[in-house]
Formats: sequence, structure tokens, C-alpha cells
Amino acid sequence: MLVTHVLAVAIGQQVVPARAQMATTLGFHIILACFGIAFPAVVLAAEFRGLSRSDEVAMLLARRWSQVLGVLVAVGAVTGTVLSFEMGLLWPGLMRTYGAVLGVPFGFEGIFFFLEAIFTGIYLYGWQRLPGWIHFYTGIPIAVTGLGGAVAVMAANSWMNQPGGFTLSHGKVVAVDPWRVFFNKATVYETPHMILAAYMVVGFGVAAVYAAGIARGSRDRYHRLGFGIPFTIAAILTPVQIFVGDTAARAIAAAQPVKFAAIEYVTRTGRDVPEYLGGFYVNGKVYFGLKIPYADSLLVGFKPSTKVTGLDSVAPALRPPAVTLIHLSFDAMIGLAFLLLLAGLWALWTWWRRRGLPRQRWFWWLAIACGPAALIAMECGWIVTEVGRQPWVVYQLMTTSAAATTNGGVIDTLTAVIVLYAVLGAATLVILRMLARRWRRGGPDAGPEAGVPYGPPAEHREPTGREPA
Amino acid sequence: MITDVVGGILLAGLTLYAALGGADFGGGLWDLLAGGDRRGRAPRQLIDDTITPVWEANHVWLIFILVIFWTAFPAAFAAVMTAAALPLWLAAFGIVLRGSGFAFRKEVETLAWQRLFGAAFAFSSLIVPFFMGTVIGAIASGRVPAAPARADLAVWTGPASLLIGALFVAVCAYLAAVFLTREASRRADHRLRRYFAVRAGLAGAVSGALALATLIEIRSSNPALFHGLTHRGLALVIISAACGLAVIWLLATGRGPRALRPLSVLGVAAVIWGWGAAQYPALLPGTSLTLASGAAPHSILVTVVVVFVAAAVLVGPSFLLLFSLHGRQLLEGESHAEQG
Repeated sequence: MLVTHVLAVAIGQQVVPARAQMATTLGFHIILACFGIAFPAVVLAAEFRGLSRSDEVAMLLARRWSQVLGVLVAVGAVTGTVLSFEMGLLWPGLMRTYGAVLGVPFGFEGIFFFLEAIFTGIYLYGWQRLPGWIHFYTGIPIAVTGLGGAVAVMAANSWMNQPGGFTLSHGKVVAVDPWRVFFNKATVYETPHMILAAYMVVGFGVAAVYAAGIARGSRDRYHRLGFGIPFTIAAILTPVQIFVGDTAARAIAAAQPVKFAAIEYVTRTGRDVPEYLGGFYVNGKVYFGLKIPYADSLLVGFKPSTKVTGLDSVAPALRPPAVTLIHLSFDAMIGLAFLLLLAGLWALWTWWRRRGLPRQRWFWWLAIACGPAALIAMECGWIVTEVGRQPWVVYQLMTTSAAATTNGGVIDTLTAVIVLYAVLGAATLVILRMLARRWRRGGPDAGPEAGVPYGPPAEHREPTGREPA
Repeated sequence: MITDVVGGILLAGLTLYAALGGADFGGGLWDLLAGGDRRGRAPRQLIDDTITPVWEANHVWLIFILVIFWTAFPAAFAAVMTAAALPLWLAAFGIVLRGSGFAFRKEVETLAWQRLFGAAFAFSSLIVPFFMGTVIGAIASGRVPAAPARADLAVWTGPASLLIGALFVAVCAYLAAVFLTREASRRADHRLRRYFAVRAGLAGAVSGALALATLIEIRSSNPALFHGLTHRGLALVIISAACGLAVIWLLATGRGPRALRPLSVLGVAAVIWGWGAAQYPALLPGTSLTLASGAAPHSILVTVVVVFVAAAVLVGPSFLLLFSLHGRQLLEGESHAEQG
């Protein structure tokens, strides 16, 4: 009955464009969210070094990074707002039934977001007039509330994977236990996984910019420090992340076996299950995959005889779509994580041998690649967890089709979102390039001029009285 | 009743967003109307200075309202989001353009780029309050059904909705001009003080006229709301009118600059609470959804109150710190004015 219900609801509805739109906006916002969570700590690390060792170069980096942070936080604030709207505009079915439950983590997120925005305002614009250490301390709440906000949002997402803490009666939520909603079973591994991912995206991402400078021959202290601070943070966290991810995969095998079956191409429930690296999944068969016998059973239960649940455990309509996408995203995430680990180990080796950064050209190309690699790995992780949860929006309780809006025209808002976000993404990159070029032009010692809206220095302004718009 | 308390929290959030976020939107409107880049340079600079460090924090009130709304009154939230989807989409896209346009404008060097991003910022400051106003108008005029299946233009394009949309724009412009007048007089910039005082007076008069027009319109189209506003909400309506007149008088005479901001905010708050009082206890007027019948389970309402108290304890003092540092001009408008 459930199966026919799923099929009936899926036909002729807006769920596919709605999912595409959610994926676009979330996939875009999550990059900025990473910078909101982790970048303040990196900026503060540079400022701490600058203040405690009177290190002018570290201070300059901290100032410039905080300017970049200002741009990214602004874009993140507005793209995050779009997501709040979309909760209702795209998923009114979800909100009607579970809005009260999802409100618990989001309510706390609101407080963290407030504090983050307030102290960001103080920190970003307090560089000139607030005394050194006071300024540093106004940045601490940003880093702390960034973590708090991440915990709250991840609590909401992990609740969708492992819903609990409420009582349903005739399809209506009648009682809620806020603690059990917030601290649901999946949040234990999802939350640290995402926070570590944010630090890696930011650390490897910022380091890649300076690695590019070093690869081009600018090996001055400004570039070495600009590379060293974020890279060290990210590289230290990489092995921790691999451990957390491994734990998460085993927890998913137990709690969301169908998602795990899609991740690992497990068609039929059984023992001695092989692991596939790569490959395409068509009609229950794996093509072009590298098969490692027993490996999947070993990974799940450390014994070849471990039983692994397959996709055949549920009706076809209850299996995730795009199994190949889920599996390849998972493989890409793991593969890239080991690439990041390799870069960290390489740097560690060189540091251990001669207290310096690697000289090999290859290392710097690798360090540049680590920036996009960490980003892609993070996005792949989201594809795995979100597509892998389908067809459910709230695991085993509500299908995504039942949650989707009954309004037509989602294809139109999807188109608008794609155009708007393409422009927004391009503009953000252009702005960051402009900043970089301005700084490069001035050299490591010179700063940019103060910006005045509509025409900074008088001699550069056009002698016209045209309207600005 | 806890449902009334939570309803009050929602109204309080709306009031703070209208007062703080509304002024930021209004700043964008005056930026839009400031004229060519030579003539508009000084007012734009003042607008930029006053908005820069605070707009993101002020913006969070919107997130707060959305979250409290869907948490405490999920069915009504889903109904509004379905029935009035189009203006809400337009408002959401406008918010993206406004925030990013404002942030980008500060970072670009050439006039052409500044114009482009400035235009995005200023134009979207006009459309966002308008569309949000039409949605509030749709709720107030009882056009949002309890369980709509589809969006409907008729929900938010009634005369009352459009008037309230226009009223929102005018009120944002009014609040911003009042705040900017106060800021200019504190900086002892008399030219700008006069510049914004004139505009504040005009925007205040337009707001009052639009409010009156709305009242006249709903008298025939929505007798229930009219009755509420002229009976239970009457005291608040009178307070609002009195505050508006007092502000205009202060602006004209140049007296009591310190009273300007509190009075203007009180006037706007009175309108919002007057609306709340007028339609109480209905959540979506014209449907069976009331604060009590549309509310989430009790434990959730308790959580909402806890969140609000926690927010008041943590966020309140932080806001005061931000505003006082900003007021003492310790937060520079340009973060990147490095001394090389």
C-alpha cells in the first residue's frame, strides 16, 4: 500500500525540480557555511600570532582574510535566508507535519546566528579603533557560535536521517521531546563530520591560494605564512576526519542499511559481500567496477561473514534513485580524503626532516589541488547523505514527494535560482580576484584604499552627473 | 495562555525586524533616490556608514520570525508559504540581491561596478519590503486559506494587500530617514540633517496617508479587521498616529532630536501590535486557524519561549554592545582601510 502511495504521489508533481532546486541552493550555500563555521578560527589564528609575536605579516594576513570573510559572510547570510524560505516554499508538506519538530534545532540555530552576525559586525569593522587584544576577543564568539550553529543545523539534518523524540497521532505530531530531537542518534557522527569538513574546506582552500603564489615563485614570508597557517589546521584534522567518516559509514550500515547498500552497490542481502571501487550500476549489475572480495563485509563488521543488507531488502520504489551517483560520490570523497592526507604527510615529512616547507614543485601543485579537492569531497558527502536518504525526506516516515509543494512552477523558480546563483557565484569570485589583484599590486606591505560608494578618490571619478542606476 | 505568549513573541520579532531591518531597507531606498554620483555622494556615504556593521545582525530577525512561525504554527506557515509563494520568492531573491549587492559595492573600485552593485542593492531594497507587505496584507485581509493546494494571485493582489505593500515601503523609508536625520545631527552635519529631515517628514506623511487609505479600503472589504482596529486596537492606532504627528512636528521644528528614533519606532510598533490586537485570536483570519487551534504541541511552545528568553539574555546585550560601539563610531564603515 505504501508503495502504491509513493508512486501515486510521485506522478505529476513538483518533487524533481524541487529537489534540484534544494540541491542547487544548499550545495551553493554549504560552501559559504563552511567559511562561516571555520574561517573565523583561521583568521583568529593569524591575528593571535600577529599579536603575541608582534608579527606584522601575520597581522596583514588576518586583516585581509577578515575582509574576505566579510564578503563571504554577507553572501552566506542571504543564501542561508533563501534556504529558510525554501523550507516552506518548496517543502510545505514537511513543515506542516514536522515544522514544530524541526523548529527545535533551528530555534537554537537562530540564537547562534544572531550572535555570529553581531560579533562579525564588531570584529570586521573594529580593526581600526578597537585595541589589539580587545579586537581579538571580539572574534572569539564568532568562532564559537559558528560551531554552535553548525551543531544546530546538523542536528536538524541528522534528525531527518534518524527521526525520533516525538509522538505521532493520526499523522499529527502531538508531543515532542526537544532533547531527543536535538541529540538524535545520527547527530553524534554527522555533526563532527561536517564541522571537520568545514575546517578542511577552508584550510585547504585558503592554503591553495598561497600555494599558487609559491608555485609561481613568490616564496616570501607572506606567502609561506599564508599557506602554513590554514594548511596546518586542515592537515592535522584530515586523519581525524577519516576516522570519523569511517565510524559514520559503519553507523549508517546499521541505521540506514538501504542508503549503505546504495553507497556500496550491495544488490542482495548476504555475507561475504565484495567492495566495488568505481563502476556503474545498471539494473542490479556493476559494470567497470574494481571488485575486492569480502572487503565490504570486512569494513562493516571486521569479518568476511558479516551480513550486509542489500537494496533487495525494500521494494524498488523505496530504494534511492541514482545509485551510481551515490556510489561514485562516496568513492570520490574517500579518494580525495586520502589525497589530502598524502599532502599533509608530505609536508609533515619535510618539516620533520629539515624544519621547512617542501621544495618540490610537485608538492605545490598538489597543495593547489587540495583546495578544490576538499570542496568536492565535501559536496560529494552531501550528495551521498541527501540522495542516499531518498525517497524519504524524514527517514521511513515521510516521502520527499509528500513533502513537496503542490504549487506548479517550481521549474521556473529553479531556472531563476540557477541564473541568480551563477551570477552570484561569478560575482563573488570576481570580487575576490579583484581584492587579490589589488593586494598584489600594492605588494605585501601596502594596503588598499578606503572604499567610498560611488567614486573613491576625487581624481578618478568621472566628470558626469549620470544616474547611478 | 502560552499560545498567546508565543503569538506575542512572533509579533515582537516582527516589530524588531520592522524597526531595525526596515530602517536598513529604507537606507537602500534613499540610496536609490540620492541622484547622480556627485550629488548623492554625501547621503550615500552616511547611509553606507550607518548600515554597514549592523545590517546582517538586523537581518537575522527575519530568520528568527520564519523559524518561530513554522515551529509554533506549522499549518499556518505551510498555508502562507503555499498560497503566497510568488511574492515570497520575489522577496527571497530580492534579499539575495540586496545583501550581496551591498557587500560587493564596498569592495569594487571602479565607478561602473559600484553603480551596478549599488543598483542591485538599492532596487531590491524597494521590492523586498513591498512583497513582504503584500504577504502580511494577504494574511490580514483573510485571503490565505487554511489548506491551500496552489498559489493564487488573488491572495496577495487585493487592494488592501497592495496598499499594505506600499505602506511597508513608505514606513521603511520613513524609519531610515528619521534614523539618518538623528545620525547626521549627531555628526553635526547640518546639511545632511536637513536633507534627511525633509525626506523623513515626506515619508512620514506618505506613510500616514497610506495607512489611512488602507483603513478606508478595509472598512468595506474587511469589516472584521476594521472593527478590530477601531475597537480593540483603537488605542494602538491612536498612539501610532500621535507618534507620527509628533515626529513630523519635531522634524519641522528641529527640536528634541533624541526623541526622534524612539517615537518613530513606537509609532511603527503600535501599527504592528494594533494589527495583532485587531485580528486576535485568529491566526489566519477567515479560517478556523486560531493561535490556540493552530499551535504546535505544548512542549514545543515551551521550547519557543525558552529560545526567546535565551535570545533576550544572550542576544540583547550583544546587540546593545554592537549598537553602542557603532554609535560611538568605533566601528569603521570600511573594514579594509588599512594603514600600509
